[in-house]
Amino acid sequence: MKALIEKLTNVFSPSGFEDAIREVIRKEIKGFADEIHVDALGNLIARKGASAGVRDGKRVMVAAHMDEIGLMVTHVDENGFARFSNVGAVFGRYAPSGRVRFANGAAGVINNELLSNFRETPPLDKMFIDVGATSQKDCPVKLGDVAAFERPFLDLGKRVVAKSLDDRSGVAVLIETLRRLGSGPNEVYFVFTAQEEVGARGAGPAAYGIDPDVAIAVDVTSTGDTPMGRKMEVALGRGPAIKVKDAGMLADPRVVSWMVKTAEKNKIPYQREVLIMGSTDARAIQVTRAGVAAGGVSIPARYVHSPSEMVDMDDVENSVRLLVALLKSRVSL
Amino acid sequence: MPTIANPPLKLLEKLCRAVSVSGDENEVRKIILEEIKDYADETKVDALGNLLVTKNGRGAKRLRVMLDAHMDEVGFMLVADDGDGLFEFTTIGGIDPRNLAGKQVVVGREHTPGVIGAKPIHLTAPGERQHPIPVDALRIDLGLGGKAKVGDRGTFAPNFRRVGPSIMSKSIDDRIGVATLIELVKSAPPNVDLLAAFTVQEEIGLRGAKVAAHYFHPDLAIAIDATPANDLPMQTEGENTFYNTRLGLGPAIYVANSSTIDDPRLVRFLQETAEKERIPYQIRQPGGGGTDAGAIQRAAAGVPVVSVSVPHRYTHTAMSLSRIDDWKNTLALLRAALKRMTPEILKRQ
Repeated sequence: MKALIEKLTNVFSPSGFEDAIREVIRKEIKGFADEIHVDALGNLIARKGASAGVRDGKRVMVAAHMDEIGLMVTHVDENGFARFSNVGAVFGRYAPSGRVRFANGAAGVINNELLSNFRETPPLDKMFIDVGATSQKDCPVKLGDVAAFERPFLDLGKRVVAKSLDDRSGVAVLIETLRRLGSGPNEVYFVFTAQEEVGARGAGPAAYGIDPDVAIAVDVTSTGDTPMGRKMEVALGRGPAIKVKDAGMLADPRVVSWMVKTAEKNKIPYQREVLIMGSTDARAIQVTRAGVAAGGVSIPARYVHSPSEMVDMDDVENSVRLLVALLKSRVSL
Repeated sequence: MPTIANPPLKLLEKLCRAVSVSGDENEVRKIILEEIKDYADETKVDALGNLLVTKNGRGAKRLRVMLDAHMDEVGFMLVADDGDGLFEFTTIGGIDPRNLAGKQVVVGREHTPGVIGAKPIHLTAPGERQHPIPVDALRIDLGLGGKAKVGDRGTFAPNFRRVGPSIMSKSIDDRIGVATLIELVKSAPPNVDLLAAFTVQEEIGLRGAKVAAHYFHPDLAIAIDATPANDLPMQTEGENTFYNTRLGLGPAIYVANSSTIDDPRLVRFLQETAEKERIPYQIRQPGGGGTDAGAIQRAAAGVPVVSVSVPHRYTHTAMSLSRIDDWKNTLALLRAALKRMTPEILKRQ
């Protein structure tokens, strides 16, 4: 799975510009789904039907988002520096000296205006991308062009570091789950969603089209296991985090208990997640149509929304195991 | 450049002089209904007050194209009667309190005239003038001259001027979009089903557009709006890097704002159309702000969207200003785009 994650994190795919990653995923899941289609907003939807003869199965939607945070050029100045705004939650403290890549192949480095107090974090509108140009005319990028952060994949053995592990690690988990699942009692929709980072915009319409009974968002969650870090129970390496609550939703308690019981029955390590900041696609899915019972399986990740996010491969593997067990089980809420 | 008949300034003037604050868009809706009744195949006023107009095309493989322009404008609501013709009020939609004091207003369906009063300079201390007056310290003064009651809506006094190449009015946002959409209904090409949504309550959170999109279930949608041009000379040194749009450069095509990432296929299609037809256009700087496209995009199972706006200075004040040529070119771009639309434009690479 490491190779798959490396492959996925290397793809350029800021929110709204998911064409490239969608094609990579489509190839990876080829032959494993009964039906694959792309909806109006670009969500990639793979359906895996229930075993023949099953009557009381549920329609389950499992979602992981394909997009990543990025930047968009707002102005190229007379000396060829590109000003930009954010696509999704790009944090000022992670941006300066970051390297970025544009859809047309152009690359650049972020820096900022001289600030009166050099200790403060500059706001994004005091930053610029230097693409090596000397004038507006020879600048290879223009107003409206989109860029993604670029950083090589780092293999640390048990743990890996890359940009966009949020949520390519979740995408990898979905791909692997689909490959291992075989048929079971439920009709399962694997949804690789668009535009999560700008406000879970793809997942709601996808859920509207699917009309599921139950939904699970597979995304990353923060951890509390770094020196003097935030106070949070979740740690790397202790298993997938079963979401109880985040800033955008309350997981359905019946879904939480289904997940906990399934993990315990199958001896899969798990943690309980209460996330103070951030949310996932489940937030949008939950309030679609007349409502959907929703929950989340989260992969613990450090340094989320930086160009160097970190996950533990055991957590990734155990997330796949938990999802396979969940999807093979008879869901009774 | 294609030949475009002069845009209908008389109609725009009529629309701009109407009062149509979010939640009570009756005046503008009536004008539109009268204008389009001989052209529409179907008209419907929905539960929220959106005016939904269908103009069917002919032939096979027609795209269902939703075009949207909002009927409402920012304004006020009276919240307390202080007696003596004075009313406390609150704002409806995004209005900077610094743009309020001293402005002429009208209140209620009878357009009762009034003024937003403020303490005169004679009586203010120098320090006091450094701070904006909060809305709750301002009053609408009707001078005991007309009737009004708590709950009545109001807005800046109706106005419209043509000055050389420019037009000025309180409500270019979004009567210029409404006028554009009326023209497009009247001249709809046969290759598409044109689904025109004249929406309510855009200024308070894109509320009408969401249900309008549910009604139409379009294949794609374009929001037609007005967007700020912050293109005045900078007060500080250096290049203006934050202009949003600039007057005179043509229609502003959106790529991203707070509510939407515009569908790259539609952005490309509009750019190609403009280039092919030699219509000037500009890309609006990505950043804040929102249009009805944000709500339409997420309606039902999702809709590919893009926004096109006429740039104007002094948005959401008593008088904003646009160039007539930018409007002409907006109309030209949308007309040309509709004519060229086939299902092919939604094909993914």
